[in-house]
Amino acid sequence: MLRFVLRRLLQMCVVVLVLSMLLFAWLRSLPGGPVSAILGERQTPERRAALEAALGLDEPLPVQYQKFLQRVLQGEFGVSTKVLPGTDALDVFLTRLPATIELAVLALLLAVVIGIPLGYFAARRAGSAVDTTTVIFSLIGVAVPVFFTAFLLKYFFAVEWNLLPVSGRQSTGIDATRVTGLFVLDGILTREWDAAWDALKHLILPALALATIPFAVIFRITRASVLDVLDEDYVRTAEAKGLSTGVIRSRHVLRNAMLPVLTTIGLQAGGLLAGAVLTETVFSYRGVGEALATSFREKDYAVLQVLILAAAVIYVVINLLVDIAYAVIDPRIRTR
Amino acid sequence: MTQHQTIRSSPRSTEPLLSVRDLRVTFQRRDERAFKAVDGVSFDVRPGQTVGLVGESGCGKSVTSLAIMGLLPKRGNTVEGEAVFDGDDLLSLSPSQMRDRRGADIAMIFQDPLSSLNPVITIGRQVTEVMERHQGLSRKEATPKAAELLDRVGIPDPKARLANYPHQLSGGMRQRALIAMALACSPRLLIADEPTTALDVTIQAQILALLKELVVDTGTALVMITHDLGVVAGLCDEVNVLYGGKIVERGGRHGLFRQPRHPYTVGLLDSIPRLDAPRGEKLNPVPGSVADNLPWDSACAFAPRCSHRVDVCTREMPRWDGDDVVGFRCFNPVGGPR
Ligand SMILES: Nc1ncnc2c1ncn2[C@@H]1O[C@H](COP(=O)(O)OP(=O)(O)O)[C@@H](O)[C@H]1O
Ligand SMILES: [Mg+2]
Repeated sequence: MLRFVLRRLLQMCVVVLVLSMLLFAWLRSLPGGPVSAILGERQTPERRAALEAALGLDEPLPVQYQKFLQRVLQGEFGVSTKVLPGTDALDVFLTRLPATIELAVLALLLAVVIGIPLGYFAARRAGSAVDTTTVIFSLIGVAVPVFFTAFLLKYFFAVEWNLLPVSGRQSTGIDATRVTGLFVLDGILTREWDAAWDALKHLILPALALATIPFAVIFRITRASVLDVLDEDYVRTAEAKGLSTGVIRSRHVLRNAMLPVLTTIGLQAGGLLAGAVLTETVFSYRGVGEALATSFREKDYAVLQVLILAAAVIYVVINLLVDIAYAVIDPRIRTR
Repeated sequence: MTQHQTIRSSPRSTEPLLSVRDLRVTFQRRDERAFKAVDGVSFDVRPGQTVGLVGESGCGKSVTSLAIMGLLPKRGNTVEGEAVFDGDDLLSLSPSQMRDRRGADIAMIFQDPLSSLNPVITIGRQVTEVMERHQGLSRKEATPKAAELLDRVGIPDPKARLANYPHQLSGGMRQRALIAMALACSPRLLIADEPTTALDVTIQAQILALLKELVVDTGTALVMITHDLGVVAGLCDEVNVLYGGKIVERGGRHGLFRQPRHPYTVGLLDSIPRLDAPRGEKLNPVPGSVADNLPWDSACAFAPRCSHRVDVCTREMPRWDGDDVVGFRCFNPVGGPR
């Protein structure tokens, strides 16, 4: 098991290294290059050359990459120009991160906690009206674009019916103490219940919007996987042993059915950042996704670099976690 | 030991342990006519007896055994008839009463040992769970018994094997483990559905020898299902030959092999691979296939493939000629009428 994890960690480092090269190549190939990005298009050749020298752009590529890597490892990505002007790019990422973690965790939790039981339930009643209805809804869930779901939710629940806040993470006028940066958790830790409740209300709509696709996908995979497993010979063996329905379901059906679901959860978790870009923008929710959208639109390359690299690392880490969970459940991977 | 030997020496005087009467299983397939997979099968199994169900693939052997066990799919089929086990008709028991019987009084082993074992649970757990369920043992109490069972079915180093997963065992060892699970609660009846078909030839012989030894030792009655008459030859007290969902011939182990009456049985006997046959020599299987059988209603289902066919075979259904010990279903049996 330990060897398995170590091997995966090593693979992970290689992946991140390759990604950093791609990022470096991409930054170098920006229209006009970093110099134009910083100085604008209309500049005297002298000033351009001076900046190029200052940035080390006149050196050979391998040297530049090495310096780039050094800066990355030391967390020096430069200063934000547009998202939070004047702030260190890494700090921009770090201040925005908790907001997105809070949103993504809630969305994924919703998707898993509703998707898996519902998928199991639909499989047990495959072919029934309940099953057909849920499958159709899940199809719609996958097909509708996230920003449209977000927009609809916002329009009805926030604007028309005024049930939930329209945007942001916390109402003005609430003076909450910050501990972790996860607003709901902060409210609970400091027992500022009104602040926690207020933050949660701000989270509900964006989280629902963000959860729709992962939910629909997890639901469908769970349903299909349970149907497959119910047909397996070993379930018939378990029935032939006279085991109780509860034992057969939990020990023999669910555990095997969870293997493909786990992979799906990992993939969906990795895809949440993409969804967060749209959701956070619609709800003016100041998280990483919104920062990514802004930095891209406004050409804030320092911030963009951090976010892309962070997204890659997060994606790889999630994959590692999924692989570990997989190995825990499936001995065929663990004991080889 | 002595007890079941007396039973064996006079099997017919004892009350049947399992008595299957006129079992019919019909599948309703979408957009198709109802399909009779089992069409009026009757046979008895007496305590300690080994009874064979033999026939080509698709003749209804598995469906018969699954119907008796109550393991057919919940939808899409109807089961009629009786399967009286120890005074109760299994086919009319409630699902929960049936759960109490399965694994405890009647156990079953299946064809493919790899797919029949749960890949993510240890062998030990898969053995102990039966004892926990039916004998009220805790997992801890059941574990040493599980090791004993594995030892008994010939698995070397049983204590270490308890912690293994199915993929870490060989095919033969897996089937042994499944046999251990089936025998964990000392059932009175064991149904083995082609238990050696998925195994290598040498392993097949070992598993058959093991089954034989175990049923003799424990006095468990055995229903041996196979497509290979050669498998039942040394094992069964009584053999039932199935064709198209009906029993076409039944006989004692000696009678049936020495003097088969139904042309289909003759064909099956000819297709047994012989050890003394020159290598590569073609076997002599029954010509045709089950797929082109007719329904039994208006003719003999075997008629299209039969070399002994006479006119009446395609006009009428042959009746059962015999009793519940020997008999056949044929208008023109090999060796002339009784
Ligand atoms: N669940 C099912 N639904 C429809 N037909 C079935 C089902 N199970 C078995 N059958 C059909 O019943 C017939 C007998 O099958 P089976 O008992 O499995 O044959 P075998 O003698 O090889 O074990 C076959 O024609 C098979 O296609
Ligand atoms: Mg079969």
